[in-house]
Amino acid sequence: MADIVIDQVGMRYGATTALDSVSLTVADGELVALLGPSGCGKTSLLRIIAGLAIQTSGRVLIGGRDMSDLPPRRRGLAMVFQNYAVFPHMTVRANVAFGLTMARADPARIARQVARVSELLHIEPYLERYPAQLSGGQRQRVALARALAVEPAVLLMDEPLSNLDALLRLEMRAELKTVLQSAGTTTLYVTHDQTEAMGLADGIALLNAGHIVQAAAPAEIYRHPASRFVGGFLGTPPMNFLTLPVAEGHVALGNMRIAAPRGPASIVLGIRPEDLDITAGEDGFAFQVQVVEPLGSHTLLTGHADTALVRVMVPPDLRPARGTVLHLRPRSDRITWFDTTSGVALGSTT
Amino acid sequence: MTTRHAMFLAGIATLCAWVLLPIYLIALGAIGGSEVVNAWPKPAWPSALSVTALQEFLHIEGVWWSVLYSVEAACLCMVVSIVLGAPAGYALARYQFRGATSFRLFVLLTRAFPVAILALPLTVGFIRLGLYDTPVGVGLMHSVLAMPFAVLISASLFQAIPRELEEAAWVFGCSGPTAFFRVVLPMALPGITAAAIFAFVISWNEVFAASVLTVRHKTLTAYLLTVLSESPLHVQFAGGFILIVPSVLFIFLVRRHLFSLWGIASR
Repeated sequence: MADIVIDQVGMRYGATTALDSVSLTVADGELVALLGPSGCGKTSLLRIIAGLAIQTSGRVLIGGRDMSDLPPRRRGLAMVFQNYAVFPHMTVRANVAFGLTMARADPARIARQVARVSELLHIEPYLERYPAQLSGGQRQRVALARALAVEPAVLLMDEPLSNLDALLRLEMRAELKTVLQSAGTTTLYVTHDQTEAMGLADGIALLNAGHIVQAAAPAEIYRHPASRFVGGFLGTPPMNFLTLPVAEGHVALGNMRIAAPRGPASIVLGIRPEDLDITAGEDGFAFQVQVVEPLGSHTLLTGHADTALVRVMVPPDLRPARGTVLHLRPRSDRITWFDTTSGVALGSTT
Repeated sequence: MTTRHAMFLAGIATLCAWVLLPIYLIALGAIGGSEVVNAWPKPAWPSALSVTALQEFLHIEGVWWSVLYSVEAACLCMVVSIVLGAPAGYALARYQFRGATSFRLFVLLTRAFPVAILALPLTVGFIRLGLYDTPVGVGLMHSVLAMPFAVLISASLFQAIPRELEEAAWVFGCSGPTAFFRVVLPMALPGITAAAIFAFVISWNEVFAASVLTVRHKTLTAYLLTVLSESPLHVQFAGGFILIVPSVLFIFLVRRHLFSLWGIASR
C-alpha cells in the first residue's frame, strides 16, 4: 500500500507538449480516475507512472520513493492494459502467476495467491486453458487477476473496460468496484468514459490538453465544475451555457432577475439539464422545443432559448409537440457562473 | 458458370501447371524407368515404377560428400541469417530510428548485385581468407543471399506481436532481455523456424555461387552441374528429383507460416 505523488510532470515530444507540468496526489487506498477526451495526455501520464515512458520533467513518487529513474519492474506496481495483454502462449494459471514467478516467490505462496485471486475473479474453471479459448470478458478477468496476484502497492488501469460490449462493461464495472474495494489497493484508472469514472472512482482528475483542469470527488466535480470545459465534458447531456449581460450585479433571464458575481459586463450562466423546472405560467425564460427524445426514464428536450441551445430533462410522460414554447426556471442553488472569456468558474453571487 | 468464374479456374489451373508440371515430369523421368525418358508423347502415368535410376544416381562417386557439403553450407546459412537477421528485424519492428525505411530498402538491395559480378572479387577474397573451396565460404555467401528475407520476415513477425505484451512483461518483473526470451521469442518461434527453413532452402537450391566458389568440395547443386552433363538422361532426372525433394518438403512443412508472413490468411 502506498500513495502516488505526481510532481510537476511534463512530457514533450519535440515541439508538441503531451503533458504540461501535471501535479496530482492519489492517497493510499484511493481510486482516482484520470478522465479526459482522447489525446488529452491521460495515457501518457499513466505510462510515465508505470515507467513505460520517461517524462521530460518532474518526478513521480510512490510511497514516498522517487521512481523517476527506476525501470517498470522495480516500481512495485501492476497494470491492466487496454487490450488485456494476456500472454497468449501461457495458460491462464501461468499468466496469473507470472508476476510472482518473475519475482521468484516461494511456490507455495504462488499457489496460494493464484487460488485466492482466481476465486475472487471467478476464473478457477479456466486456469488450465489458453487465453485464445476465452471470451473478452474472461481475458479481462485474467488480466486483472494477474495484476492483483502480485499484491501491488499501486494498480494502474488503462481503459480496461473499453473493449467490452455495453452490457458486459456494466457488469464488470460493478464487479471491479467490489474487487478493488476489498483489495484496498491504491489505483489510478484511465478512462474516457465519464459514467465509468463517476461510478468507480473516489476522485476524478479531469485532463484536457495536457493539463489537469479539475481534481475532486465525483459529486463535487459534477456539481461545481471549475470551468466551462468541465461542465461541458462531464454529464450526459452536458451542462447548458447561457451568455448574459450583467447589470447592477444581476442578470435578466426572461422575467427573472438573478444575482450574479460582480465585475464583468457579461457572464456565462451554467445549469444542468436536470436542474431546469418547467413553470406553469410565463415565469422564467422562454424555450422553444425542437427535438423530443423519450428516453424511458425521462424525456430529453432540445431547443432554443433566445439563440442559445438548451437541453432539459423532463418527466418521461411529458411529450410536448415540436415548436411548443415552454417556460423554464433554473434552480437558483444549482447555478454555476463562468467568466465569458476564460471560461473559469466564478464564486457564486459574491 | 460465369466468365469470371471460368477465368478464375483457368488461372488456378495455369498456376498449378506452372509449378506441378515440371515437378511431375522430373519425377516421371526419375522413377518411370529409362524408356519413359525418351518416349514421346509422355504417358500420363508410368507403366512401371523403378528406383534403379535413383540408385544409380546415389552411387555416383562423391554424391554423398556433396550432400554433406550442401547440408553444412545450408545449416551455416540458416544459423548466420537468423542470428544476424532476427535481431535486425526486431530493431526494425520495435524502434524508430533515422533511416529505418531506407534500411528496409537497402537490405533488399543486397539482392540487386548479380552474383556473377560479385564472384571474382569474392573468389580472390576467399582465397586470401582460406575460405575458398570450403562449405563455410559457400554458406557465408548464401547467408548474404538469405539475409534480406530473414530480416524482413522476422521484422513482420515481431511487428505482429503487440508491444503491450512486452510492456506487460516489463511491468510484471521482466528486464528487457527476460521479456524478450519469456514472451516475445516463444510467440515468434514458429515464424522464425519458418524463416530459418526458408534460408536453408535458399542455400540448398543455390547453384551459381556454389559452383564458382568451390573446386573439389562442391555442394550438391554445383556437383550435379558438373557430373550430370556426362550422365545418361534418366540419371539426370533422378538427380533433379532428389534435389527438389527437400525443398518441396520443407516449404510444405512451413507453408502456413510462410503464408502468414506474406499476409495471406491460410485458415
